[in-house]
Amino acid sequence: MDLSAINPVLLIASLMVAATPLLLAAIGELVVEKAGVLNLGVEGMMIVGAIAGFATAVESGSPLLGFVAAAIAGAALSILFAILTQFAQANQVASGLSLTLFGLGLSALMGQSYVGIKPPQMGDIHIPVLSDLPVVGPILFGHDIILYFGIALTAAVWWVLKYSRLGLVLRAVGENHDAAHALGYKVLKIRLAAIMFGGACAGLGGAYISLIRVPQWTEGMTAGIGWIALALVVFASWKPWRALLGAYLFGGVTVVQLNLQAAGVAIPVEYLAMSPYLITIIVLVILSADKSSAPASLGRNFHASR
Amino acid sequence: MIRLEKRPQPSRAWSMATPLVAVIATMIVGGLLFAALGKPPVEAIRTIFWEPLFGEFSFYYRPQLLVKGAPLVLIAIGLSLGFRAGIWNIGAEGQYIMGAIFGAGAGLAFYPSESFLIFPFMVLAGAFGGWIWAMIPAILKTRFGTNEILVSLMLVYVAEQFLASVSLGLLKNPEGFGFPGSRNLQSWDAAHNAELLTGTGMHWGVVAALIAVIFAYVLLNRHMTGYHIRLTGEAPRAAKFAGVNPTRLVLFCLGTSGALAGLAGLFEVSGPSGQISIDFNVGYGFTAIIVAFLGRLHPVGILLAGGLMALTYIGGDIAQSNLQLPAAAIQVFQGMLLFFLLAFDLLTNFRIAIGKPEVA
Repeated sequence: MDLSAINPVLLIASLMVAATPLLLAAIGELVVEKAGVLNLGVEGMMIVGAIAGFATAVESGSPLLGFVAAAIAGAALSILFAILTQFAQANQVASGLSLTLFGLGLSALMGQSYVGIKPPQMGDIHIPVLSDLPVVGPILFGHDIILYFGIALTAAVWWVLKYSRLGLVLRAVGENHDAAHALGYKVLKIRLAAIMFGGACAGLGGAYISLIRVPQWTEGMTAGIGWIALALVVFASWKPWRALLGAYLFGGVTVVQLNLQAAGVAIPVEYLAMSPYLITIIVLVILSADKSSAPASLGRNFHASR
Repeated sequence: MIRLEKRPQPSRAWSMATPLVAVIATMIVGGLLFAALGKPPVEAIRTIFWEPLFGEFSFYYRPQLLVKGAPLVLIAIGLSLGFRAGIWNIGAEGQYIMGAIFGAGAGLAFYPSESFLIFPFMVLAGAFGGWIWAMIPAILKTRFGTNEILVSLMLVYVAEQFLASVSLGLLKNPEGFGFPGSRNLQSWDAAHNAELLTGTGMHWGVVAALIAVIFAYVLLNRHMTGYHIRLTGEAPRAAKFAGVNPTRLVLFCLGTSGALAGLAGLFEVSGPSGQISIDFNVGYGFTAIIVAFLGRLHPVGILLAGGLMALTYIGGDIAQSNLQLPAAAIQVFQGMLLFFLLAFDLLTNFRIAIGKPEVA
């Protein structure tokens, strides 16, 4: 065992990379849940985004185009969920599960010819002077553009939810859809938009795993990150900044356990690999006492009878 | 103008017809998918649904139907109890794994004894393994109000890691030349869940599945607990006034589904699979969710749905070797089935009306 081989600066830098897919998916789901919809299909949308982004990046040679394709694929899949829950009035839990099962199969089918290929690299940004600073440079100024996009998105979602009219309407729909409907807001359209936003974010998160974090395509490679993202929304009490904090916390757990594996700690690899899931459960337990911040209409379908 | 009008009562006819309509729609869209993959669509559908039952080699495939269907039905019966009451155990895959590990471990502790008590003991241990794994989300839900969906799902990943750990360590075959995986239970008579009638595929898991179907039917239709389950699902407020104890209901539903999933794992590891290995689980716990919904959460429906799903597994295997249809295509096919089912369910609860709404 050699813990001195772990470089704290690289650890923090890779923690941020590990956290980004979680953050993207969680921010998307946060908006969906704020609109009163519980979409359990995050895992499915992520994995489809992962392969759609990967395939597009390989075929076009442009990782950025890959991310665009991933967002579109995630949103497209989420439309299926929207049709089931918003128009066909299907149970949201069951529909979300079906989305995940379907997405896992679909991604495996799409990804058959992409196993073992290296995707085109997404360069890290390089700001003269700043990026070359010791310690601060690699942590703050040496990442890829999507990582910064994730943080910017968090800020944007926070601002929109808190200060804009759009955010107010979205929250109204999530808190009491009957009242929002009575006020003349189009509940279904707003929810559809929120669901598609969530799908696009999940797709981006998936593509971040296959194009930057790993970078490779393997079947089922999201390995429960979509589910952890769902837990993260609860952890964050539906607040964007807390989602960022949570994502970095979970990213940290993942990176630390990987580093411990590499350093050859006396704990068996399997038990280290369990840790992110176990910690998710523990965190859920600690935070589930307080449900007051959950949107009041979460998971309830809306059907305008008049 | 086309509108949806809520039916005063869910339509019984549509409730029965939806699964059939969904299967037909899946066949059509699935056929289109296969065509898009460059496979003959009609031939592929025929291979999946016809070949295992009436094809040239059906004498081999028919027993397989029971082997694949039994774990699906066993797990789905347990899940359906909870689903009816709005208690979502989606970690059956993990409970299935833990049942197999506990059961096989309990048996292997007595290796190489030939006592006839070993197999019954393994069955109990398997059920206990699944039950205890399901008790984690159940107790966390009742004590702390933690979401059982996320906890049970997280525990699947934990169970998978634990499975890898025991196949490489605790339960590794000491005479296995260092290869991962436990001793093969098929070659140890006392622990082998053998075919009860040679060549039929009938093993103890099939018997257990049939018993579970009957028990669930009696429970739901003739027993107070079953009534409470149905009441909680259909009218939660009424259930509260009727004095239903939600804590007991959660413990009962999750515990039962966990124990049944554990049993399914035990019968699989001691029978068709034979040993604990890293890739022991093949997703029965997740497919059983589809089976439960396809069977309308009704015991008899689940029995039929389990058979149908087993058919797609076996037919999918045949299509894979005969037509080079990718395995993932079958997975998509199964996922699509649940989609269509949920979509067509609209017709059970709503009526499609044309024209302007009447003035009340």
